[in-house]
Amino acid sequence: MYSASDFRKGLKVQIDGEPYIMTDFSFSKPGKGQALYRARLRNMITGNAFEKTFRSNDKLEKAALEERTMQYLYKQGDDYMFMDNVSFEQLEISKAQLGDAVSFLTDNMDVEVLQYNGRPIGVTLPNFVNLKVTQADPWAKGDTSGSDTKPVTVETGYVLQVPPFIEEGDKLQIDTRTGTYVTRVKE
Amino acid sequence: MIPLHGLLLRAVLIQALRGFFIDRGYLEVETPIRIPAPAPEAHIEPLASEDWFLQTSPELCMKRLLAAGIPKIFQLSKCFRKGERGHRHLPEFTMLEWYAAGNDYRDLMADCEALLRHLAVALGRAGVLEWQGHKIDLGQKWERLTVAEAFRRYAPCTVEEALARDQFDQLLVEYIEPHLGIATPTFLCDYPAALGALARLSPNDPTVAERFELYVAGLELANGFSELVDSVEQRTRFLQEQKAIRLQGRVPGPLPEVFLDALEGMPPAAGIALGVDRLVMLFTGADSIDRVVAFTPDGL
Repeated sequence: MYSASDFRKGLKVQIDGEPYIMTDFSFSKPGKGQALYRARLRNMITGNAFEKTFRSNDKLEKAALEERTMQYLYKQGDDYMFMDNVSFEQLEISKAQLGDAVSFLTDNMDVEVLQYNGRPIGVTLPNFVNLKVTQADPWAKGDTSGSDTKPVTVETGYVLQVPPFIEEGDKLQIDTRTGTYVTRVKE
Repeated sequence: MIPLHGLLLRAVLIQALRGFFIDRGYLEVETPIRIPAPAPEAHIEPLASEDWFLQTSPELCMKRLLAAGIPKIFQLSKCFRKGERGHRHLPEFTMLEWYAAGNDYRDLMADCEALLRHLAVALGRAGVLEWQGHKIDLGQKWERLTVAEAFRRYAPCTVEEALARDQFDQLLVEYIEPHLGIATPTFLCDYPAALGALARLSPNDPTVAERFELYVAGLELANGFSELVDSVEQRTRFLQEQKAIRLQGRVPGPLPEVFLDALEGMPPAAGIALGVDRLVMLFTGADSIDRVVAFTPDGL
């Protein structure tokens, strides 16, 4: 069981026998009042989503999902092909089922494929991935706008905020759970 | 990623804060962060430090200084509250508290107006604060709205019904807070008596406490009240809070007996706690508290 204080984006839970993923989560607590945990939950099979406010004593069951390690091979239209590293079995997962993960997938990456009753419904990525910057505006020295960050595009097409010294061709470590920049990686 | 812009502005703002209180004759004090008995509060959980606790607020120690005869004091200190983490919360955060003997909560509202205007000038902002798409006019008289009126205006039921159904906090967050502090900052005042454990009840209407929360652009910034100085009444309220803590399956800490004794000699006074990190958020435009502190727990 997860208690409300364990709630976070990406948590996989079971409600009425169906697996749900927490796609958004916010904590609020009015002055001296109760802690409120507002969560958006998406059914991992149907895609239907709903929002609900939970309180400290509320709990959610852990989703009964099987996981196996597979390698990402290539993309075909809106489908992404994966291969089991042991049995060489291949299967495809749709872009909709992958959700935010498509921003961080690169060829030959090992991921954990989630299955519910034998059907693939999504993947869990490594917590950190390294991606190359394909587009970055040059650092305008003497910029007095007070901005600490600038947007860059990485090889998957994903756009994120990074410190101004990052240049095209740099490799970045990115936290896949939050989608945020961690550090620049030396090759 | 270290938010340099936020840190720079934070340093300037804290200097300006100190100047404001020193110029008005307040004494800056420091009280212990590690204490044996924090005030029991139903929805604030302290972090244990061996068999003592890290303070959730410097309130009790500061009131003891008032009782000892120091009439005007302020403090900037770190406070700790278990499990509070979100884009407006950190489990370790910086609090500004100030107390003045002889004042009541109306004087605190005037202090808040003067303080924010002083900071805006010190930071070179001309009276209008911009935050998350809102333009808040600090120059005009700020809105004063009672909790009962706020429920009538914005919520689907009255404050009495909300309390009876244990939905006060949820309705406040979902229906009321987004409307507060939009054109000018808002003082949401006169909380139900049960929600002001350390506040004096209104002499005109004992169903409400002389307590307010200051909101700017929907962001809750400060909580102030006319202090309860009746030690018998205070003990009863603490016991009620301890009961609420037990109902949640938690074990309350010991009662702050030394504080209760000191309260016998405390003059009428008013005191307030203001979240410094959130104040920096407002002046930097930051949408997350992470962008106004050097490090967050996740980055350590």
